[in-house]
Amino acid sequence: MRDYARPQTLDEAVGLMAQTPRRILAGGTDLYPTVGRRIDGDILDLTAIPALCGITQGDGLRIGACTTWTMIAEAALPPALCALQQAARQVGGRQVQNMGTIGGNLCNASPAADGVPPLLALDAVVELAGPLGLRRVPLTQLLIGPRQTLRASDEILTAVILPASALTGRSAFVKLGARAYLVISIAMAAARIQVENGRITGAALAVGACSGVAQRLPVAEAALIGAKPVDAPQLVTPHDLAGALSPIDDIRATALYRRTAAAELLRRAIAEAVA
Amino acid sequence: MIRFTLNGQPVTCDADPTARLTTVLRDHLGLMGTKVGCDAGDCGACTVLLNGAQVCACMVPAARTAGGEVETIESQALDLDRLRQAFLRHGAAQCGICTPGMLMAGMDLLRRVPAPSESQVQDALGGVLCRCTGYRKIIAAICDTGLPEPIFTGGIGTPVQRLDGEAKVRGDNFGADHIPDGALTVVAVRSPHAHASFRFGDLADYAQRPGVAGVFTAADIPGRNAFGVIPAFADQPAIAETPARFRGECVALVAFKAGTEPDLTDFPIDWQPLAALSTPAEAESLGAAQIHPDRPDNRLIEGRVVKGDAAQALANSAHVVSGAIQTGYVEHAYIEPEAGTAWMDADTLTIRACTQAPVMDRDDTALILGLPPERVRIIPSAVGGGFGSKLDVSLQPLIGLVALKTGLPCRMVYSRTESMTSTTKRHPAEMQGQIGCDADGRITALAFEGRFNTGAYASWGPTVANRVPVHVTGPYLTPNVTARARAIHTHGPVSGAFRGFGVPQAALWQETLFDQLADKAGLDRLEFRILNAICDGDATATGQVLQATGIKPCLTALRPHWKRALSEKVPGRGVGIASCWYGCGNTSLPNPSTIRIGLSQKGRVVLHQGATDIGQGSNTVIAQIAAQALGLPLDQITLIGPDTMLTPDAGKTSASRQTFVSGRAAKAAAEALRSQILRLTNAGTSASLSLEGAVLTITEAGARRQIPLASLPPDTHGYALSADATYDPPTSALDANGQGTPYALYGYGAQMVELEVDRALGTVRLLKITAAHDVGCAINPQLATGQIEGGIAQGIGLALMEEYLPGRTENLHDYLIPTIGDVPRIDSLLIEVPDPEGPFGAKGLGEHVLIPTAPAILNAIRHATGATLTCVPALPHRILAALEANR
Repeated sequence: MRDYARPQTLDEAVGLMAQTPRRILAGGTDLYPTVGRRIDGDILDLTAIPALCGITQGDGLRIGACTTWTMIAEAALPPALCALQQAARQVGGRQVQNMGTIGGNLCNASPAADGVPPLLALDAVVELAGPLGLRRVPLTQLLIGPRQTLRASDEILTAVILPASALTGRSAFVKLGARAYLVISIAMAAARIQVENGRITGAALAVGACSGVAQRLPVAEAALIGAKPVDAPQLVTPHDLAGALSPIDDIRATALYRRTAAAELLRRAIAEAVA
Repeated sequence: MIRFTLNGQPVTCDADPTARLTTVLRDHLGLMGTKVGCDAGDCGACTVLLNGAQVCACMVPAARTAGGEVETIESQALDLDRLRQAFLRHGAAQCGICTPGMLMAGMDLLRRVPAPSESQVQDALGGVLCRCTGYRKIIAAICDTGLPEPIFTGGIGTPVQRLDGEAKVRGDNFGADHIPDGALTVVAVRSPHAHASFRFGDLADYAQRPGVAGVFTAADIPGRNAFGVIPAFADQPAIAETPARFRGECVALVAFKAGTEPDLTDFPIDWQPLAALSTPAEAESLGAAQIHPDRPDNRLIEGRVVKGDAAQALANSAHVVSGAIQTGYVEHAYIEPEAGTAWMDADTLTIRACTQAPVMDRDDTALILGLPPERVRIIPSAVGGGFGSKLDVSLQPLIGLVALKTGLPCRMVYSRTESMTSTTKRHPAEMQGQIGCDADGRITALAFEGRFNTGAYASWGPTVANRVPVHVTGPYLTPNVTARARAIHTHGPVSGAFRGFGVPQAALWQETLFDQLADKAGLDRLEFRILNAICDGDATATGQVLQATGIKPCLTALRPHWKRALSEKVPGRGVGIASCWYGCGNTSLPNPSTIRIGLSQKGRVVLHQGATDIGQGSNTVIAQIAAQALGLPLDQITLIGPDTMLTPDAGKTSASRQTFVSGRAAKAAAEALRSQILRLTNAGTSASLSLEGAVLTITEAGARRQIPLASLPPDTHGYALSADATYDPPTSALDANGQGTPYALYGYGAQMVELEVDRALGTVRLLKITAAHDVGCAINPQLATGQIEGGIAQGIGLALMEEYLPGRTENLHDYLIPTIGDVPRIDSLLIEVPDPEGPFGAKGLGEHVLIPTAPAILNAIRHATGATLTCVPALPHRILAALEANR
């Protein structure tokens, strides 16, 4: 007998998952395209739990897993989150942005998830709630492969936490697709740059859709430290990215093209972040 | 029980909590205005407002609406009504399938931003796809730049609001929107392989399952199990016997009882995949298996035009260019997947479904089902886009078979993937050849060879093979021509008709080579085309001597724009131009239209209009022509049809023929009726008519005569007065060298593209397209510019993003068509060189408009960067590779 539950508290939700792991439904924008007339199996709908929705400030920023892209795009947030807000405006169309959630984007774990590079550049950590309580996992560890995460079947991703240390600087996101809207990225890049006294003192760079999981680029980041902002874009070399990326040939582009485009997108994201 | 507020009224329903909101609205609450295009959030046709925000109803769980507010196209809100009127004034609805979604997305925006900018409109409507309009009129309607009062009446030359528009802005009634009580749901079992043999398990047992009303296979077909748009080539089974010849081919039907959820999971069938021929090269290789026993070398047909001695002329030419270009499968991607219903009306099988060709549907379905044609009635539903693919039957024989066998009403609605895999595509083309000119730049000769992948069955392959050699010169005087185009079978999707029948592919080859030839000759690319433009009295490659040629006026109209664009020297900027010509109507074959117009005893002017309006506007244009010829105002005309029982055959909506061919028939019918009226009152031709109530008044030189229509006895059609007229364009057969008069009339056009190329990423940003099209006479300028904008959008798709790959791009997120952000500003210049053959001089336009766009884009890319693309779509990685090759 299939069951549909839409609890109003996280405790209830965790309790239900402890009984039997269920299919989690949030915005539905990744789930519905894969199903028939309705979703089969037992369902846990997270969208009625107030604690999972919205952006709150504490030690850093906490973005509830069911916060929609529109809420993120329209919130007043520090410049370090510009990239995330730009990505929020480019996920699907406005309809998807109104329903789709940040938590769903991460759990769906598409290599081309638009939310991931900006969050990687923000040193994002996710919070998972399970029968044994809460645990925090860096986003870099949560995503383990295309459509694969570290989330256990009885766990719920409850929030994305952005540490205070990562809320500095300014960020930008650049997405490349073959049309203007409703497009799966060929490649995308996010850059968060801190500048002090005319020199770059911190850089967080990430590229998506060019590897099974979007990647931070430590070698390229190191190359920017100490540079003048105006010189920074040209310091990105395909060579520095090569080790981190493993693009594939698919219907949208060739692997070779993705390597070239990733470097260029990164240059543009950096240029925009330091502008 | 789920309770929510729907359009201001409380409603309850007992849907499954995770049922899609589209199901709740349509199946539970019976509101059919919200359309389903993909069930995956890829098209936005189902956009509704949930608590004021636009969402795709196909991805909203029913339970999510609980306690909330849902607004749909059925809403009576005043602001929505204002937007509806703006859509009608601007001609923003063509076929109408995306219109509800567009309107709801527009409401979401206008309630947040009352006076939006163009980019705000694009951001808000970026999630709704439209395949007809090219979006520009939708943007204009939402920004409502304040057009004057709407125009409801007028003869030719008036931008009359489309007569079927009101229904479209309220959620028109498409094939999926009519569900007879107790209707069975028919679902097809389709081949998952390009080529496979198959064997059924125990079908009798399966048919006994609860909820299953019946199982049908090829063995159940009572008539000839082969259909085809060209009778001599009819080869496609409605339900295939083993082997299946393409992925998506129907091999069986299951009819489910009303209220049963269709589920084919355990359908008893075993598949044995067989080696598939996926390209024409494989299909033509030595020893390749033959897909059809009667077609050696897998060759369906070769079309050929030979005039003069092209080889010799090329050898003697001052300049010669040669080149090759390839195109892929292109999907029509209308937003309405095929859908319809069938039921028995006494002895008559009645089918209500989307179509472009009701009489062809009737005849093919009757043959398949072993019925006389008069026992099949086709009532076209509103058609949510066609572009050529809805010329071939799809579900008509399938639901017809089930209704005939069970006696019960039934319905069938294709899923998006089913629509994409099982219906026709644009032919992939491999084209090569040479074009030469003399030292002055005058074209001397053209040699062309094209190979077209026609897929598993014939469909319109013969038409493509014949049209391409006739048109491959473009609208340019070309004294020596050798042109061959062959259609080769593969185990790919069936290639059929798609806006232009192969001519858009051929124009890509010819127009891109023209730029190279102009460069060699040292001429400006536009002036080179003007120099070579074909003129009145010139003979075409088929030897036809032309009249009313409009290409030179189109090209010269672009000259000031061209000079302006070239003078704006911006790095990365490119300007390109390309032309088109296109023969209207069937190639050297009869294609008559008949139109009836009647005056009823109660004073109604009834136009039996059998030309199917798939959004292009024939309901309005044909009525405008009839009103003008009759001499009564348009708003007094009542439209009937199309319906094979009520309307005479006005042929198919294809080959850019309806305005021309059916328009001529309408003009003749209206003139005949007018003559009857004038004869009755001994009035001269200059008399004016007016109709008030059931009294017709004829006024001439101050004298008034009246005809009380009720006093006239009803004629055979039940009218006080009526007239039928038929028009068939005069053409002649082509001889072995393709010489003859294939078309009675041609339309012409030229488009100029301005764009920027991002050299680092290989992306293209279109800035502006200026389109000059010779329409002979713009019967309805707003509908004409709507055709231009929509054709350009499809041309942009062909050039930059669209490529159908079986098994890979069978949905609308992997198969990309242009969105509202991909179509730049379009300035249309309507040129009118009246053709004596056309009604009031009018020429066809529907297909012409797509032809120049893609080559003009490639030419602009080359102008911007020097890079030559030899393959479309010009995806970023292909452009970057071409840039690298050029460095």
